[in-house]
Amino acid sequence: MRHICLYFQVHQPFRLRIYRFFDIGQSHDYYHELNNRVLMQRIAKKCYLPMNALLKKLITRHTPERFSVAFSISGMALEQMQLYAPEVLESFQDLHATGGVELIAETYAHSLASLKSEAEFRRQVARHAQTLEKLFGARPTTFRNTELVFFDALAEWVADMGYTAILAEGADTLLGWRSPNYLYTAKASPKLHVLLRNYRFSDDVAFRFSNQGWPEWPLTAEKFARWLRDLPSHEMLVNLFMDYETFGEHQWPETGIFEFFEAWVDEMLKDRDVRFVMPHVAIADHEPVGEVQAPKPLSWADSERDLTAWLGNDMQQDAFDSLYALEPLIQKLPPDKHPDLLRDWLRLQTSDHFYYMCTKFFADGDVHKYFNPYDSPYEAYVTYMNVLADFRERVEKAQPA
Amino acid sequence: MLGWEFPPRIAGGLGVACYGLVKGLTHHGVQVTFVMPLRSGQEPTNAYRLLGANEINIPVDSTRTITFWRQVRFYGVETALGPYLEQLERPILTFDAVPEPVQEATPTGPFRLFFTGKYGADLLDEVYRYAYAVSFIAEREHFDLIHAHDWLTYPAGIALKRLTGKPLIVHIHATEYDRSGENPNPTIREIEAQGFAEADLIIAVSFYTRSIVVEKYGIPPEKVWVIHNAVLPKDRQPIERPARRRKVVTFLGRVTYQKGPEYFVEAAARLAPRLPEAHFVIAGTGDKLRSIIHRVAELRLGSRFSFTGFLPPREVEQLFDLSDVYVMPSVSEPFGISALEALRAGVPVIISKQSGVAEVLRYALKVDFWDVDRLADLIYGVLRYPAITRFFRRFAQDELSQLQWEKSSARVVQAYKTLPS
Repeated sequence: MRHICLYFQVHQPFRLRIYRFFDIGQSHDYYHELNNRVLMQRIAKKCYLPMNALLKKLITRHTPERFSVAFSISGMALEQMQLYAPEVLESFQDLHATGGVELIAETYAHSLASLKSEAEFRRQVARHAQTLEKLFGARPTTFRNTELVFFDALAEWVADMGYTAILAEGADTLLGWRSPNYLYTAKASPKLHVLLRNYRFSDDVAFRFSNQGWPEWPLTAEKFARWLRDLPSHEMLVNLFMDYETFGEHQWPETGIFEFFEAWVDEMLKDRDVRFVMPHVAIADHEPVGEVQAPKPLSWADSERDLTAWLGNDMQQDAFDSLYALEPLIQKLPPDKHPDLLRDWLRLQTSDHFYYMCTKFFADGDVHKYFNPYDSPYEAYVTYMNVLADFRERVEKAQPA
Repeated sequence: MLGWEFPPRIAGGLGVACYGLVKGLTHHGVQVTFVMPLRSGQEPTNAYRLLGANEINIPVDSTRTITFWRQVRFYGVETALGPYLEQLERPILTFDAVPEPVQEATPTGPFRLFFTGKYGADLLDEVYRYAYAVSFIAEREHFDLIHAHDWLTYPAGIALKRLTGKPLIVHIHATEYDRSGENPNPTIREIEAQGFAEADLIIAVSFYTRSIVVEKYGIPPEKVWVIHNAVLPKDRQPIERPARRRKVVTFLGRVTYQKGPEYFVEAAARLAPRLPEAHFVIAGTGDKLRSIIHRVAELRLGSRFSFTGFLPPREVEQLFDLSDVYVMPSVSEPFGISALEALRAGVPVIISKQSGVAEVLRYALKVDFWDVDRLADLIYGVLRYPAITRFFRRFAQDELSQLQWEKSSARVVQAYKTLPS
């Protein structure tokens, strides 16, 4: 028996417009409406709609018992679908109705709040769960943190909120000699199951698929199926986690990514022992073989698997600290009286804003540039700080006397 | 008159000064033809003529070309990029305009040369192309004297003088020592020295600059006139500033060694905890911008700073209207016309003692550029004690009314009259 757990991340940030010094105190319109709309609609056409259609076809062809997937759709992406591409939301709802989709909880704003504030983190997870219930009638039991950030205290909070599983990066520092192809639990909270991303196989598809310089190019369905089949038979759970935009955006349709995916699923399922399972099924069907612990936060990014892509330089740390310095003021606002401030508070927390300020423009930089609206990290920082200056003024003004 | 900048194509004080001077000279009945590298067609022209070197027809005439180069091309143009180019590195804040496409000159018949009118990577090339094009007005235009602004136009001025024998005045707005400290670009320095040597008369924008010309270039002091810059009257009164919680402390200028932006940042670091209402603006771009942004981030002051990139004149006015104090901590500032513009807008100014404008302003706060603690004190005082602002506003307005281009230009006319005609 071999289980493959496919999980796709769906997320789009509210990108900022070039917000200038002269705008501070004058305009509270921070977002690049046109850019965000056009990107959402383009990605809808190139990725979300065709890939949803393909997944639905595969679920129908193979039944949800044999082929199912998991999604995390950030609150930011859901808001943008509602604003700019309602047909995409309907398409996800439709796909979810097949019974072959598990929806995973995350922080509503796709934020790094867990690194700064447990309270804000919990609020955002609760908000995301409520949104999933409202839009999909789903009650998530699996959690994934932004950029798969994982650490011991986080495991405790997540278990405390009632989640039974968490997704994390199968980082070498976390596993040591061990294989990611098993079920684990969190040492900090033994009731919480941990599903670890197999980064080699995940990145074969997500990053290397169309790279002609890669010795394994072209990656065919048969070859990829064979690699998975050739794993030791006792490694029974392979977790392939990737951005959903891999299909049609990071890897263009011309690369054959859609055809590859369909053929690979069919190829895998020729073997009657193979199933594609959702995380809640995986934790029911497998016994944990060990514990993982992470005293320091890990992520799925870059070769270091750390947080330097978001909080590695002074600009990022300054922006991050300045943002969360506002949290106490936000909490003092009378509830429900300032929906616009709350909306901006969430949108400004999205991790992408900090990612754009990354100065590690080398090996990993290619990925960093993707969808990056700025010419330089300096510009990203300057723009973000201007927005924050205006936002702070509004929050201060709104404080109850 | 030969100059590199004229409104609206300006990068700094040079263009502003040329505009004011031309208007002042016109007022005194001087007929001015201002030759710039590239005429954009939007310059505010009425009483004087504007000519772009890009409009000068150059005959296909190899003899002339060869003669010209023999006469004028005294230095090789192959040289390392001058430090003047600093601001022209890829703009890191893309609020700047995009460069224009290069056009090829027509190969047959009279042709025209292409100019960017900017401080691009091929600046030296452009300086010599300008000189070449300008040399062709020698026989076509009637003029009595040649007035060249800064090293960029000195080769052209020298060429015209050699071709026509007319007197040459070189005007010095900034020397290579101002821009680069003690490590001047040797080529640019040589062009300056040549210009000073061949000139019949030199006009420096301050005593400070005159002393550099005398000491660093060995020019006899009697050849150098000091004529301070001035400021054009504003068409509107300073606005009444609405009471706001946020106080804006402004740095405006190229973000380069010469302008001392790091002293501004260090002063802000001292003030930030004590002045929660202060917001610091750095308006301009330059080779130090990235390191300045890094430093601000390192100090965790990003939420207290705004970086605007290069601002066109209209937005400079807008910025002054929002500013509560203007700080010019220049390490070496021949004049610093922007301090006058700030005063004109009713903004109190703090200027470095190492600036020419300090010679003409009594009612300005002055500080040594390196004295960061003192600078912080002064900013604090201006923001917290409104009486200072009121005092300076009242007296500075009187002082400003004395600093008119008509007056400065009258001195220039005086200087012209000392020359043999």
